[in-house]
Amino acid sequence: MSRIGRAEVERIGHLARLRLEPAEAEALARDLDAILRHVAELATVDTDGVAPTAHVRALATPLRNDVAVRSDVSQLVLAAAPEREGDAFLVPPVLEGEDEG
Amino acid sequence: MPAPVPLGTVAELRRALDSGATRSRELVERALARAEALEPALHAFVSLRRDAALADAAEADARIRAGAPSSPLDGVPIGLKDNLAMAGEPCGCASRILEGYVSPFDATAVARLRAAGAVVVGRTNMDEFAMGSSTEHSAYGATRNPWDPSRSPGGSSGGSAAAVAAGVVPLAFGSDTGGSIRQPAAFTGVVGLKPTYGRVSRFGLVAFASSLDQIGPFARTADECALALDVVSGHDPRDSTSLPESPTRCREALDGRVAGLVIGLPREYLAADGADADVLRAVLDAARELEKAGATLREVSLPHTRYAVATYYLVATAEASSNLARFDGVRYGRRASGARSLTELYERSRSEGFGAEVKRRILLGTYVLSAGYYDAYYRKAQQVRTLLRRDFAAAFEGCDALLTPTAPEVAFRLGERTADPVRMYLSDVYTVSANLAGLPAVSLPCGFAGGLPVGLQLLGRAGDDAAPLRLADAYQRRTRFHEARPELVG
Repeated sequence: MSRIGRAEVERIGHLARLRLEPAEAEALARDLDAILRHVAELATVDTDGVAPTAHVRALATPLRNDVAVRSDVSQLVLAAAPEREGDAFLVPPVLEGEDEG
Repeated sequence: MPAPVPLGTVAELRRALDSGATRSRELVERALARAEALEPALHAFVSLRRDAALADAAEADARIRAGAPSSPLDGVPIGLKDNLAMAGEPCGCASRILEGYVSPFDATAVARLRAAGAVVVGRTNMDEFAMGSSTEHSAYGATRNPWDPSRSPGGSSGGSAAAVAAGVVPLAFGSDTGGSIRQPAAFTGVVGLKPTYGRVSRFGLVAFASSLDQIGPFARTADECALALDVVSGHDPRDSTSLPESPTRCREALDGRVAGLVIGLPREYLAADGADADVLRAVLDAARELEKAGATLREVSLPHTRYAVATYYLVATAEASSNLARFDGVRYGRRASGARSLTELYERSRSEGFGAEVKRRILLGTYVLSAGYYDAYYRKAQQVRTLLRRDFAAAFEGCDALLTPTAPEVAFRLGERTADPVRMYLSDVYTVSANLAGLPAVSLPCGFAGGLPVGLQLLGRAGDDAAPLRLADAYQRRTRFHEARPELVG
């Protein structure tokens, strides 16, 4: 049985903000299905009571001293923007025609 | 035009520079000329840095002439993988979505290399966003293996590996998320080091899977890799996951002595039905060589090894799907034209900019993090990751290092695996666990099978980068596999 089909790939594609051509979605569905079949073997591992590892280091969010430091890269950063207006990144309308499925 | 002769090791170049027998400008000229001459055959680089590199070399020459070189790397030409940021240089990750992007800043590792006087001659080819095991998933075309141009140099840092193997530069840097330094090192017959997680700052390394990514060096010898690690390691306040420790002093630990070190041989990595017979034979010969040098061999077991690749591909793609959300056509990189809404801008910029493998992984990662699948896939993988870590903790109770093949085979042919993602992923079977557990691991050449290099992997305890480097160095003092050079490039 197939674990994932074209419609599901298109739904996930929208979540990931990827627009997929029908043939592309078809091919990706086949690939993802094969990958999911391979990873399905994890279901056979007994992990009852095993804590998940999100990271190998015990992470705490460190605080730095509240000291102002100079950074002169803002113009360089803005220069990398494909479209800008003054000191702002330019984007198309955010609300108009929005479709947040 | 015949390619100039290959450059020697960092130590050889150092002696020649300090004695006045050569100058950095001459070495950089030779590196650039050799890179250009070999580019049609190998395609190891995505860009070269001609004038700026020569200017940097002139400054190095002035320091060296004044008798005050900045470090053992002063004036030495190096290569950087295209995902390591360097101010004023392109940083494209071999992706269309970053075509034309110029970094405004240096990665911490790059800043340390520049402060040490190393001269960056070019940016090396890679699988797009480091997602691949063959350097075929590059928007700029595949890199070829110097030992056989019909074969892959491995990946994702295949350009850096090929550049060192072909003698263009003595030292190059890559990144390793699941084997992306070690597997190409194995396939091209050079040494590649993935340091302990957190040893090298990730600031300025374009993120793929943040809990797994590490920057590391390629060179012909473990000695040079130790030297390189000593330069780029050390805490960085701009990467809160970097270890709160001073730079390593690994090079001084390499004295050729391995007596008293216990090497574990994990039976799951050395099973006859795993790696090719010729690969296994070379790796076991290497183990016996280290035993002759005074190390003790002991069989160990890492029982969850068979689940490592599945675990890795769930963890890595989940993290990647989140990290690559930043490429949206707004702040940098490719932007689709004529989009009428923000969503359309995102979708079209990303769909036009990302290649097939990157899309595949973003989709898989998004899927395993989505409602209804999170527990079955992502959380499960994180739990198995804990079991893999416990396997290593138990094995290291009685050993100082583990010895395995780096890859189950020698370099495969270009095109052989691109149609079958699962088969491509399985070439990482022996390397992904070190990333999942955060361990240091080095790959070094230990023989040939069918005329192609075989890679030996040595893993250490987390934090003990010196042990695998020490063993690798001792092995190289007793063998000559690392001196072999591919015929193609003389």
